[in-house]
Amino acid sequence: MQHYKMNLTIQVWRQKNALEKGQFESYQVKDISSEMSFLEMFDVLNEQLLQEGKDPVAFDHDCREGICGMCSMYINGKPHGPWQANTTCQLHMRAFKDGDTIVVEPWRAQAFPVIKDLVVDRSAFDRIIQAGGYVSVGTSGNTIDANVIPIEKQKADMAFAAAMCIGCGACVAACKNSSAMLFLSAKVSHLSLLPQGQPERKIRVLNMLNKMDEEGFGACTNTNACEATCPKEISVTNIARLNLEYLNASLSKQD
Amino acid sequence: MILESKIPEGSIESKWTQYKGHCKLVNPPNKRKMTILVIGTGLAGASAAATLGELGYKVKAFCFQDSPRRAHSIAAQGGINAAKNYPNDGDSVFRLFYDTIKGGDYRSREANVHRLAEVSSNIIDQCVAQGVPFAREYSGLLSNRSFGGTQVQRTFYAAGQTGQQLLIGAYQALERQIAIGNVTMYNRHEMLDVVVKDGKAVGIIVRNLLDGKIERFAGTAVLLCSGGYGNVFYLSTNAMGANATAAWKAHNKGALFANPCFTQIHPTCIPVSGEYQSKLTLMSESLRNDGRIWVPKKKGDERHPADIPEDERDYYLERKYPAFGNLVPRDVASRAAKEQCDTGLGVGTSKKAVYLDFGSAIERYGKEKAHIQDIHNPSIDKIKELGRIVLSEKYGNLFDMYMKITGENPYLQPMRIYPAVHYTMGGLWVDYELQSTVKGLYVLGEANFSDHGANRLGASSLMQGLADGYFVIPYTLGNNLAQEIYNKPISTDDPIFDISEKAVRTQIEKLMNIKGKTSADTFHKRLGKIMWDKCGMARNEKNLKEAIIEIQALKKEFWQDLKIPGSQNEFNPELEKAGRIADFIELGELMCIDALHRNESCGGHFREEYQTPEGEALRQDEQFSYVAAWHRKAEHEWELFKEPLVFDSIKLAQRNYK
Repeated sequence: MQHYKMNLTIQVWRQKNALEKGQFESYQVKDISSEMSFLEMFDVLNEQLLQEGKDPVAFDHDCREGICGMCSMYINGKPHGPWQANTTCQLHMRAFKDGDTIVVEPWRAQAFPVIKDLVVDRSAFDRIIQAGGYVSVGTSGNTIDANVIPIEKQKADMAFAAAMCIGCGACVAACKNSSAMLFLSAKVSHLSLLPQGQPERKIRVLNMLNKMDEEGFGACTNTNACEATCPKEISVTNIARLNLEYLNASLSKQD
Repeated sequence: MILESKIPEGSIESKWTQYKGHCKLVNPPNKRKMTILVIGTGLAGASAAATLGELGYKVKAFCFQDSPRRAHSIAAQGGINAAKNYPNDGDSVFRLFYDTIKGGDYRSREANVHRLAEVSSNIIDQCVAQGVPFAREYSGLLSNRSFGGTQVQRTFYAAGQTGQQLLIGAYQALERQIAIGNVTMYNRHEMLDVVVKDGKAVGIIVRNLLDGKIERFAGTAVLLCSGGYGNVFYLSTNAMGANATAAWKAHNKGALFANPCFTQIHPTCIPVSGEYQSKLTLMSESLRNDGRIWVPKKKGDERHPADIPEDERDYYLERKYPAFGNLVPRDVASRAAKEQCDTGLGVGTSKKAVYLDFGSAIERYGKEKAHIQDIHNPSIDKIKELGRIVLSEKYGNLFDMYMKITGENPYLQPMRIYPAVHYTMGGLWVDYELQSTVKGLYVLGEANFSDHGANRLGASSLMQGLADGYFVIPYTLGNNLAQEIYNKPISTDDPIFDISEKAVRTQIEKLMNIKGKTSADTFHKRLGKIMWDKCGMARNEKNLKEAIIEIQALKKEFWQDLKIPGSQNEFNPELEKAGRIADFIELGELMCIDALHRNESCGGHFREEYQTPEGEALRQDEQFSYVAAWHRKAEHEWELFKEPLVFDSIKLAQRNYK
């Protein structure tokens, strides 16, 4: 693989806190290696700002290996940037070339208020899980042996594919309605596909959907932008399954 | 001070059962009166908080990330061990116990490790009940694979994302308790001090990272589940935010730090590419099930790996360790890779890498698949095509990650890998009940020292985190809190909280007021370089002595020249980093002191002066068969306390993986 250096213009959304108005600022970074990760380029930019006596850009990040779901940059009009099935931290600078201008914004959604610069508050996701995204089993360990209930491999694999969601919120950021349907459907699918999720199957979907509406996420209009941007390639068929689950639960609801 | 390990009487098999049968209990109304503070929400913290909340305690849980689901347990890839013996290949509780003691090079406490092996099976049952989607066979039953240092298949997994699935399971249990109201969660809060009154932990001081407010919390017990300190080395496979601050503050308040020099260097990580590097990425040990490690036999062989014929490759692990081959324990594999690179046989531009090659596995699986699909005389290309499909089912996410980082395709050419700091076996000293030397302060998961000796076996950290949180602490905490029902809970208005809060504020102001020229990251990188060069994979007396002097000088410079922008009363990531690095510097010094005092090689601690003629770690059991627990007396000054290690069930032996 051929490595190269580049000079770039970075336009970043700067916002002191949730209340103050934000604006774009433009910065130049030099000699960026194509082998760097996108966040390492931001480390370089921040070191530069610090030395110039300016406030470094605040951004969320932690594992830097694409699994914790904390990084969340909207890069050149796409959540997590130009690569498919990718997180911001796994985007590498070989995606860009010398002289490029890169525009970086925070996730934009009413339910994700800006905390500072590129950092947003995604605690609404935790509250959606609190509304029913679990199996109400105790943690005593006094359960049955793990192999007592065989689970069809295909179903187990489908449940796993949905459970891979990292809760980053890119699906919401990509959606013109700021809908959290992909996130929600991943959890509903994961649990409703498994025998352990059956007892609460109906109440779960109703409660979680109500919570999602309450948190200010929009409705789904099936544009599939969420699937296209999801770093874990969670499929929109999960949304179809969610709708079916919702329909079943609503029709058989016993008040 | 005498270190009382509180190991129950009786045979090794009966200790935990006896303990559970006789420990004291707290009844439900009394549990509701007790507040338990849990620091960290990884596998240990989330499972402990959920379990204690469910038992009826009032739990307050804290994490520095924006959600408990981000904790770095999430990044564990390969799997979790349990002595289920589903494959019927000879596994048992005793064998898991034995493998773990041996893998830890006989530097862990027998009773704790046996308990871990005993509860391992419950973990799998518990996780399946929660809906953790482990990998399954076509029969619908759970699938197992092998990990290093064992000859059985006892590792349960969910592709290369086992940690994620287990953490989400624990996170969901935690969120359920939050919804019920048994647990209150404090995201983006960092613990900056343990409040200790009359030798007992009574609360904590935390900083709200969003607005910089310093807050007080009182509790009947404090549980540190704050993970390991691998980031002392700057470059490691840990998350960027992973830190030792909570543990270090506890250490400063009297909790002894045990075996700090026992750090694990993981053999298979993506090599460093440049100065700007911020972290290293692990390629799961499970890849060694199918990958073969090699270097060219000839020095300076610049050919493309595919052009180097079989007989000009040295599969050095298979050559040196025929019985375990590519699946030797991590410390052994790491040192072997270093040895190859040090003798000039390394590959890639930096020459600090070896090949991890899936060529044979692709052909083997391809032939199998062709056979199953009834394809006769398949072409080599067809075989490879089928083999790659099998490999992508097993390790797809890891291969994708490798491709994204390096731009190279591991389906077509071998991965380049090199060892990197991954896990810390050392940690705060705890007794059998997971209580530190400060009463009321408990330490769970990677933050304690107890189960992995001088080297941790793969797929054992997930096991330990969940064992501590789900199955050990609910009993041991109750046993100690039974007497607390007679004590009135302390209030945060107690003067002892004023003293702690003042100390925290003073430290923050001191950091903010240095107003020097150098960023926190720069100091961190310099510390990391000293640690990696002189207290890394191979250590010696001269280097360690130098490192101590260099770290002391670095500390001085840090407190004179640190630069932090902004103010303390706002969201300020640079201030967060600075506080953590201040603690890493002090811990780094202690690690070197510990490494210097331990005149032997064991597990991940390799002192060049102590090796067998074949270059293997040479223990000095007569002198060093103990846990080294350090008490901090003053700046640069520690006192050593020893907990002798007694091996009743397993005979001490030179580890042999040949």
